[in-house]
Parts: sequence; structure tokens; C-alpha cells
Amino acid sequence: MTFSPELEAKFAKMIQNYPPGRQKGALIPMLLFAQDEVGSMTPELIDEVSKRLKVNRVEIEEVIGYYTMLTREPRGKHHVQICTNVSCMLTGGEELYQHACKKLGIGNKQKTADGQFSLEEVECLGACSWAPAMMVDYDFHFNVTPEKLDGLIESLKKTQ
Amino acid sequence: MLLNEPHPLEVKVLTRRYKYPQQDPIWLEQYVADEGYDAIRKALTMQPEEIIEEVKKSSLRGRGGAGFPTGLKWSFVDRKSPKPKYIVVNGDEGEPGTCKDRIIMGHEPHRLIEGCLIAGRAIGSNRGWVYIRGEYREYIDIMDRAIQEAYDKGYLGDNVLGSGWAFHLSTHTGAGSYECGEESALLESLEGKRGNPRLKPPFPATSGAFQAPTIVNNVETYSAVPEIILKGGEWFAGLGTPRNGGTRLVCLSGHLNKPGVYEVPLGMNMMTLINEVGGGVWKGRKLKAVIPGGSSSPILRAEECDIPADYDSLAKAGSMLGSGATVVLDETADIVKVLARLMAFYAHESCGWCIPCREGTTWLKKIMARLDEGVGTKRDIDMVDQLAQGMMGRTFCALGDAAAMPAMSYVRKFREEFEAKIQSAQVFMPAPQTQPLVVL
Repeated sequence: MTFSPELEAKFAKMIQNYPPGRQKGALIPMLLFAQDEVGSMTPELIDEVSKRLKVNRVEIEEVIGYYTMLTREPRGKHHVQICTNVSCMLTGGEELYQHACKKLGIGNKQKTADGQFSLEEVECLGACSWAPAMMVDYDFHFNVTPEKLDGLIESLKKTQ
Repeated sequence: MLLNEPHPLEVKVLTRRYKYPQQDPIWLEQYVADEGYDAIRKALTMQPEEIIEEVKKSSLRGRGGAGFPTGLKWSFVDRKSPKPKYIVVNGDEGEPGTCKDRIIMGHEPHRLIEGCLIAGRAIGSNRGWVYIRGEYREYIDIMDRAIQEAYDKGYLGDNVLGSGWAFHLSTHTGAGSYECGEESALLESLEGKRGNPRLKPPFPATSGAFQAPTIVNNVETYSAVPEIILKGGEWFAGLGTPRNGGTRLVCLSGHLNKPGVYEVPLGMNMMTLINEVGGGVWKGRKLKAVIPGGSSSPILRAEECDIPADYDSLAKAGSMLGSGATVVLDETADIVKVLARLMAFYAHESCGWCIPCREGTTWLKKIMARLDEGVGTKRDIDMVDQLAQGMMGRTFCALGDAAAMPAMSYVRKFREEFEAKIQSAQVFMPAPQTQPLVVL
């Protein structure tokens, strides 16, 4: 399988960043960037990365099982991640998460029937001073209120 | 959006170039126009030993959590080793409460690059990586762009500023793991493996990334180095208290009027930090407790907070400065619930490599969930304490301790709250239950 030209260029450069013979170092960045394009850790993707980095498939499976951002199940078009760790919890993160569950009609790590949204309750996003925080795909949103969340979801629905 | 209005009590060293309300990153041109990369020019004229000596004089201590003296760490690297030597930046920022590294990477990426260059020069390295957590894609892109700018202008590459010395730097993304903030787990992750910690010794300074001597420091630690080289170690040390040099970025969060990231001298009084810099406890409420150094640090009751916030004073008070994350809890905060949430976090993030941590965090999570639901017993309260004591110092890495320290301190300092939660629940409980009420 091949990736987009931009990603291919990125990978070609990335492999150079590790010492000779140690290109396995590029594994985790490569998996994450490839997942962003493909959607999930498909068997084809694992095969391709395995060939390129000369890494055994099982070593890739090990890594996928460990890192929470890597997923075998395709997520929704927009992945909504809400932090409920201490700073966010103190400022309403749990209520925000419950609100998001109701608003989207799904629970943790689930996807809406139309495949537009998936939801995940996540650990600290490193945005504690601007809590409660959430991430939609790779975009951070700070000081989120239920109203702000509703507005964001509605605007994302419209832009499809 | 992330930079807040400067506070008069702040001492701007690492953040001195920030031009509030400018929120965009300071790119190369703006950086160079204001003494940017002058420190590496100066460092190139110095002997490596002199650089390390200057960093030692500054009493700069690791800003990632452990507070290890930076100059000492650098001096452990054997420059004469035939192996390559590596610089690794820990930008995995995941300690709950901490949000400062993103400010540095997102606003002044060149400061971090310059810090890496100086560190590289000091230990005779030609290669570095900036390990950034996967969620921070925005900052990975900013760092990538800044690194490219530095390559284009000859600050990075095969011939740094015409000195004949080569130094290469690139970003490396994580993919969602708190454990990878631990230095040896981070190195495993850099090598393309699961983030399980390594047995120490050997420490990374002897055998780190790809089995070569490596120094791993936090983003903020490297970022302080250019100022130390430019203005001298003694100047930097003088900003703080003895053995606790310089300024630090403090992340204020929780029940505050003005949460945010501020730069304050080490040793600023904790109450000044909360009441002046942070604008005081929100909604006119009273202070109940403070988590002074990220979720792993033991909690302080309000009456214990009238102390200087530096590494040694907090250690004396039975807590730690950690990563500089200060979480403030007002009088309405539910301590039992906070601890239950934290234990769920550590159970989720334990890598499962060693048993005291894997089993300990899971049981702490279960018992705390029980206590939080109001179906625990007094014995459970003691069990949390005993279990945590059993974990302390018996794990491969600090994650076990990180879970045990808050568990012990919350239970010991706020026992009355744990007991009250059991009693208030029993009012509604008609008869003793033979079946567990919650399925865990």
C-alpha cells in the first residue's frame, strides 16, 4: 500500500532521524501518522510498516496494544476527547463528559450510528490551567462549557 | 489564547521574550533580533567542562519532577566514550496539573533548540530528539517548522555556525502514554517499543538511547540553559534560594480566580502564589488543600501552605515541587473523590511491567471507588494506607511511588473526610449487604 505523497516524503525524512540499523525508532511516529491518514491499524497498514522498518509484525502488535492513541477500531470522522482528570474534574470536566454522552447519545469509546462522531474520556491533556479541556481530532478547546460543546458539535455537523 | 497577562510578581527569564498579547510563536527572525542564538555562539568558544561548570553553578535542577541537579547529570556522561552521545528532550508532559512545556514549545521553540545545542556541545553529542506527546500535534508542527528554520540558517546541521561541529535535531511523537514521561520508558518508546521502564543502573548517562550515553531532561530545563550561558550561572542561582536556582514556570489550576502559567522565582511563598499570582481562591471560598507539584505529590492542608515553594522546603514539608503544577482545592472539594479519580488514572497508566505497581494501582482504584461510592468500611481506609506503603520504593520506576504518595497523604491528612463519607452513606443503607453493591 502507498500513502499520500506528503506522508511518503515525511516518512523518507523520518527514517533518516535514527541511527543506522536502528530505523525501528521511527515505528511509533510512523504508526500514528499513518493512522491519521488510514483511519485505524488495518492489517495492510501493519504489513506495510513491518516491511518498511524491517520489524516483525508481532512487535508492531505489541506497540499497538500499549499506546492509547493507536486504535484497531476506526473512530468517528470527528473524535471527541474529554479530560476528566483532577484539574478538569475540579472545574466541571465530569459534568461536561456526561453532557457529551447525552448530546451524542453514545458512551466511552463508542461511535454515533452515522459514523460522524466518536467519544472518549481521556486522561490529562496537559491543559490544566485552562480546564475543563477537550480535544476534537487534534484541536484543543479550553475552558469548555456544555453550551460551548453544543455549539462546536453543531458547527461540525454543518461543515460535513 | 494560552498566554496570560503578566503578573507584577513574575520574574521573566525563560519567558522574557514573550510580548503579551502576542500569541503567535516567536519565529527565528524575532528570536535572533533579541539575542537569540547568542548563547550558543558563546558556548562554542567555551570548553565543554566550562559549560557544565556554569550549569552546576546555576543550581538548575530538573524541572520534570525529580529535581535532579542538571549540571551533575551532564557531568556523568563520558565524553571520551567511543559511542555516539545523545540529547533527548522530554516533552511528554502528562503529569496531571502540568501544562508548561506546551507554552515553551508553542511560543518560543528556538529557545529549546538553543538549549539542546548547548547541551550537545557540553557532552560532545551530534544528535538529539525532542520527544513530544502525541496529543500535542500542534506543537510538533511548530517545533518541526522551527527546526527547519534553524537548519536553513546554519544553526543546526553538519557545520553549526561554521564551527565544524555537527548537531542534528528532530521531533519524535509519542502516542498516548503517561508512563513514557519516565526517562527510561521514554527511551524505549524512542527505540520503537512499548514504554516499559528499564532497570537502573545503568542510568541513561551510561547507557541510554540505542545503548549510547544519553542525557534526558525536561523541556523547561533545556530552555533555561541559554540564559545561564549568557548571563552566568551565579546570576541564575541568585534568582532563587540556595541550592534551588532560578525561576520556574508554575502551572496554576483548580479552584482559582486566575489560573494560568506564570514564571516565578524558586522559593516564592505558596500563599503568595495562590492569593496574589493566582488571584485567590475562586467564588470567595476558603482554601482547603493544595497539590503542590502535580498529581503525584503528597497533598498539603491549607494550614501547611505558608512555606516557600522550592525543592528543599517542600521536601521538608513532606511533599515535593515535582513538575511545578499547583492544583488548588477550595473548601467544597471532595478529597475522597479526587483521590478515587487519581487512583483510576494511575491504574490506567501503569504499564503492567512490575507487579507491585500493576496490582497495587488496580487495588487502590477498586478500594477508592468503593470508598467514594460510600460503601467502603473503616478497614478500607487503613488498607489504602498499607497497600500504598507496600508499593513505595518497590517498583521499577517512579509510577508506583507516584500513586502511593498521594494515597498515603490524602488518607492520613483527611481521614475525617473518608470516615464521614462512610457514615453519611450508611444513613441510607437499610441493612448490611451480603452482596457487593458495586461490581468492580
